[in-house]
Amino acid sequence: MVTISSNLLYIAFVLYLVATLFFGGAIKAKKDIEGKKGTNRWGKIAVFLTIIGFISQVGYFITRWIAAGHAPVSNLFEFTTFFGMCLVGAFIVIYYIYRTPLLGLFTMPVAILVIAYASMFPRDISPLIPALQSDWLHIHVTTAALGEAILAISFAAGLIYLVKVIDQSKASKRTFWLETVMFALVTTLGFVLVSTLFSSLDYKAEFNWVDKNDQAVTMEYTMPAITGPHEGELLTKGKFEPLVEMPALINAKKMNSVIWSFIGGFILYGLIRLILRKRISAALQPLVKNINLDFVDEISYRSVLIGFPVFTLGALIFAMIWAQIAWTRFWGWDPKEVWALITWLFYAAFLHLRLSKGWHGEKSAWLAVIGFVIIMFNLVAVNLVIAGLHSYAG
Amino acid sequence: MKDVKCECGHVNPHGTVLCEACGKVFDEQSKDKSLLDMRYEGSARRSQTYNKTIVDKIWNFFSSVKVGVWLIIVTLIASAAGTILPQEMYIPPTMPAEEYYEDQYGWFGKLYYELGFNNLYSSWWYLVLIAMIGISLVICSLDRVVPLYKALKAQRVTRHEGFLKRQRLFGTSGNVDVQDIATVKQRLKTKRYHVREENGDLLAEKGRFSRWGPYVNHVGLIIFLIGGMLRFVPGMYIDKVLWLREGETKVVPETDGQYYVTNEKFILENYDKDKDKTFEAAIDRAGMVVKNYQTNAVLYKRVGPAIPGEKPELEKVKEHKIKVNQPLKFEKFALYQVDYKLDELNTMSFSLTNKASGETFGDIKINLYDPKPKYDLGNGYHVEVLSFFPDFEFAKNGEPTTKSRIPNNPAFVFKMTSPEVPDGETSFVAIQQTIEPLGDNQYKMAFKGIETKNVTALTVRKDLTLWIIILGGIIFMIGVIQGAYWNHRRIWVQNKNGEIWVAAHTNKNWYGLKREIESVLSETKINIPADQIQNEKVDKEGI
Ligand code: HEM
Repeated sequence: MVTISSNLLYIAFVLYLVATLFFGGAIKAKKDIEGKKGTNRWGKIAVFLTIIGFISQVGYFITRWIAAGHAPVSNLFEFTTFFGMCLVGAFIVIYYIYRTPLLGLFTMPVAILVIAYASMFPRDISPLIPALQSDWLHIHVTTAALGEAILAISFAAGLIYLVKVIDQSKASKRTFWLETVMFALVTTLGFVLVSTLFSSLDYKAEFNWVDKNDQAVTMEYTMPAITGPHEGELLTKGKFEPLVEMPALINAKKMNSVIWSFIGGFILYGLIRLILRKRISAALQPLVKNINLDFVDEISYRSVLIGFPVFTLGALIFAMIWAQIAWTRFWGWDPKEVWALITWLFYAAFLHLRLSKGWHGEKSAWLAVIGFVIIMFNLVAVNLVIAGLHSYAG
Repeated sequence: MKDVKCECGHVNPHGTVLCEACGKVFDEQSKDKSLLDMRYEGSARRSQTYNKTIVDKIWNFFSSVKVGVWLIIVTLIASAAGTILPQEMYIPPTMPAEEYYEDQYGWFGKLYYELGFNNLYSSWWYLVLIAMIGISLVICSLDRVVPLYKALKAQRVTRHEGFLKRQRLFGTSGNVDVQDIATVKQRLKTKRYHVREENGDLLAEKGRFSRWGPYVNHVGLIIFLIGGMLRFVPGMYIDKVLWLREGETKVVPETDGQYYVTNEKFILENYDKDKDKTFEAAIDRAGMVVKNYQTNAVLYKRVGPAIPGEKPELEKVKEHKIKVNQPLKFEKFALYQVDYKLDELNTMSFSLTNKASGETFGDIKINLYDPKPKYDLGNGYHVEVLSFFPDFEFAKNGEPTTKSRIPNNPAFVFKMTSPEVPDGETSFVAIQQTIEPLGDNQYKMAFKGIETKNVTALTVRKDLTLWIIILGGIIFMIGVIQGAYWNHRRIWVQNKNGEIWVAAHTNKNWYGLKREIESVLSETKINIPADQIQNEKVDKEGI
């Protein structure tokens, strides 16, 4: 069952990749697509592949559920892949409202990156600790992820808006920040590639080190250590000696992964720039030239309108119900809870700003980008960096 | 203040911008604008009309969406600041917070502590922020909902020319068949529009109720916040922890001595990787994963009156296996599994032993929670417990003291009396340590063994605010869904100057509206209205 399950996920992943290429083809093939109408053959195939991929991933989800005996949303790998699946699902729904393949071209790569990123975490089926043994956990996590995914569609639409509207003929603050977003996406890919590289080389280096409570402990690196642990001593022979030593307060291993991701990101980004000979956003601009700005703006806004209630229900209300049952109180100011609140407040602010003039269009698109950054921060950084009750301890 | 009478005959309250009934523009400034600002239908909002007294100023401040957004953003940033370092309630209780932050996080931790960020979410200024959001919610809603309601209620089918012309979607057509109008009317109806007709003019409207969504959700939020505030009212909220050893029965706090609970057994189970094969890899990686924390509890109710000093008479109410996620509930109370301690010392046994011969003269077993003052071993042998330190340490002045009442490190001063030494010998006995303060003794208390018990910690919770909070949550959800999943759309089809004028308005999602109009007007002689701001830069203009 477990093997079937991982194969289905793998199939879904490949199908998403192929679908993305077809979405690209759909845009290239028919230059005169006018926003809403006109999904051509390429586009139809792309959507078809996306749906098959989605079904395959649902298959992964169900089979893994059967194998584990609980819904597979209980560790970082499972939750993040589920988030990727919701992203695809949300895209399919929004596609059928607005029928624009361009949205696919921007959403699918994000979903692919999310799933690839998820696969870098331990993929074992983990048992549930007592606090997690509740149906409310599954209800809460799935609805929250779905809400976040719908909100993330507004990011994809916002990105299209920005790529189209920002003048790429001269460098400005706007080109810089948009390119920063692109760079962040590339860096995620960098992380995936570097991790895959070292794990296929089976790199392992063990260290003795002294933690912040002055205890001697050991730690295993799976990437060559650039930043070594506090008073670290390399035990495995023939492995890379750290270049700098970190103070005990900082998790040197995570720091090391971050640095490697950036190295990977820079190399990759450099290569892309060498090939394209312009900014990534500038290279993408021709793809979006036929889209109507008003139209993407509306998709972006609409996704927030659809996603906000789902997010509220999943990430706050269901979360509170579960917390009341598991931890005796519905709210405890745990970092993860606080970040759900922050996300919620942010989108509440977004909705209110949309009520006033001047906050449509480009500003609104930037807000959609910031919203996605907050969601990703909650997903990644809060889990890995700010440990709390919710930390899946990746 | 004077009301404004429109040429159509409708009397509008002072401050109205667009006639509630026909939409004629009153406000001189907005006359030359090409498009109307349709928010709140140009109705007379208090905040836009008065700005003289201090009450007006406060009202205007809190009714501004701009202020509301700022309040939300500031709260957001403050909340984020509270997650940089752990809050005080989450730090380990090993040292005072004052030292902890500096010890763990250096100067930054010290600063964090000094700024009071260690208890940010209960700080006065954070609560003030939340309160201001609450006030703003009430005032902004009152400011808008009443005039909006009146304006939407008063609207007539036939509209002023200036009103139609300045709608975002607007178009005119000549030579329209009467039949076309009928077709359009029919199609609008099948699209679930509520169509009203007056002098051959049409007003098709749907989703008006979605306009109340924001107000409904704000009411829900206010109820939620009130629920949160009620927590501070005595008696509404109880949060106590009850430690119970196995076999022990204790009164449940805050139940007026009505309820008692017994811990029959505390169980801790780990996953077994041989049994749970699926989890083998994960268990290997984590080392050990807990499967269950459980207290087998029995709940009793007292019968008869409470007589101080006497053992209460108890009647069993129910048995329940309290696990995480499965609290024991009774009346308004719930008992939750929250903590435990395994193998806490419960009894210690010693043998009175002659040091020279090794001969023993009887064993004593001391219940560490209830040591007896004297243990008689017969034949003239007895042992007195002169002092007992359950959690022994030497105080700064060198005297032995106890840190707590929990027997973490028991120590005793025994007086051993025997036929040979009828005056008794004194011995200080602690774990792995014996001191004979008055010189060499003939007898000693030889350590024989211990018995341990598991202890469970249950949280006793009563929360009468929950229902209000749930109510607030439900109303909030209804409100957001109402406002977000439906739109308020209006389409006017009217005869003006022998032409058919079509204008349309929606509070959001213009694409949907445009598509709907296209399908309604298709194959008729009525032209599809143009989007008057499509050509301009869209982000310069609002709805
Ligand atoms: C955390 C607090 C708040 C939340 C979650 C919230 C939520 C919402 C939502 C979901 C909407 C509907 C938006 C839409 O459908 O486009 C809305 C509308 C609105 N909110 Fe709030 N709100 C909050 C605080 C405030 C505050 C403090 C103000 C005060 C200025 C305010 C004023 C408004 C106004 C004026 C509307 C539009 C009403 C209309 O269109 O008729 N809100 N709010």
